[in-house]
Amino acid sequence: MITPSHYLILSAALFVIGIIGVMVRRNIIIILMSIELILNAVNINLVAFSAQLQNTVGQVFALFVISVAAAEAAVGLGIILAFYRNKETINIDEMNLMRW
Amino acid sequence: MAQAIAFYTLSALILGFAVLVITARSSVHSVLFLVVDFLFVAALYVLLGAQFVAIIQVIVYAGGIVVLYLFVVMLVNLKRPAEAHRDKRRLARPGLALAVVVLVEMAAIALYGYVGPSPAAAAQGGLAAGNVEQVGMMLYTDYLIPFEVASMLLLVAMVGAIVLTRRNL
Repeated sequence: MITPSHYLILSAALFVIGIIGVMVRRNIIIILMSIELILNAVNINLVAFSAQLQNTVGQVFALFVISVAAAEAAVGLGIILAFYRNKETINIDEMNLMRW
Repeated sequence: MAQAIAFYTLSALILGFAVLVITARSSVHSVLFLVVDFLFVAALYVLLGAQFVAIIQVIVYAGGIVVLYLFVVMLVNLKRPAEAHRDKRRLARPGLALAVVVLVEMAAIALYGYVGPSPAAAAQGGLAAGNVEQVGMMLYTDYLIPFEVASMLLLVAMVGAIVLTRRNL
């Protein structure tokens, strides 16, 4: 029997894989992809509870999360391209202009 | 039983490909693993009876966002490896440890904090029939204003992306 706990643990694991990607990698494109994984983990949670509670609201919110993820990807990748054109790098350790 | 087998198979595939996404040497491989991962997540949505979200996942994520990533990976042709320069002040290992702590915490919450469905919610009736119809009804009645805000957000993001990638920024 698959309970919501199973889905919660799956989504927690996916979330943590995303966090590890954000923490450990230095290639900013991979970091953005890890953020997409995190958003997917959130969506799994929302849809699992939507199925459990027999209520469509969770799926509606999953759709909103997907649209925000699309907006984030477009703007984020635009920033990466603009930065690459100026600095010739996508390594976040070299993006330290505003660092104290 | 069949549902359990499907769930465990899909979970293993989702987590396995997620690990491949963050460990792959080449960014192109990473993006391709990400597509496969999104497709398996869509299959999980079908398993949960959320067909509309599954279709949107395939169209928007696997079809749109990932192609955008692939374009950027191709446009950014690096003369030296992306991760060559390493900052001494970067704390990758403590970050990894913190991530594991978060996993343990969330698993504990999921295991001990589980509450069954409230009787009122369960009495509302099944989701089985007409999933797309129900989601559409909800989007265009109760959540009309958030829906419009989301579309406005997408418009702003589109304009923003165009402005950001102009030559003379």
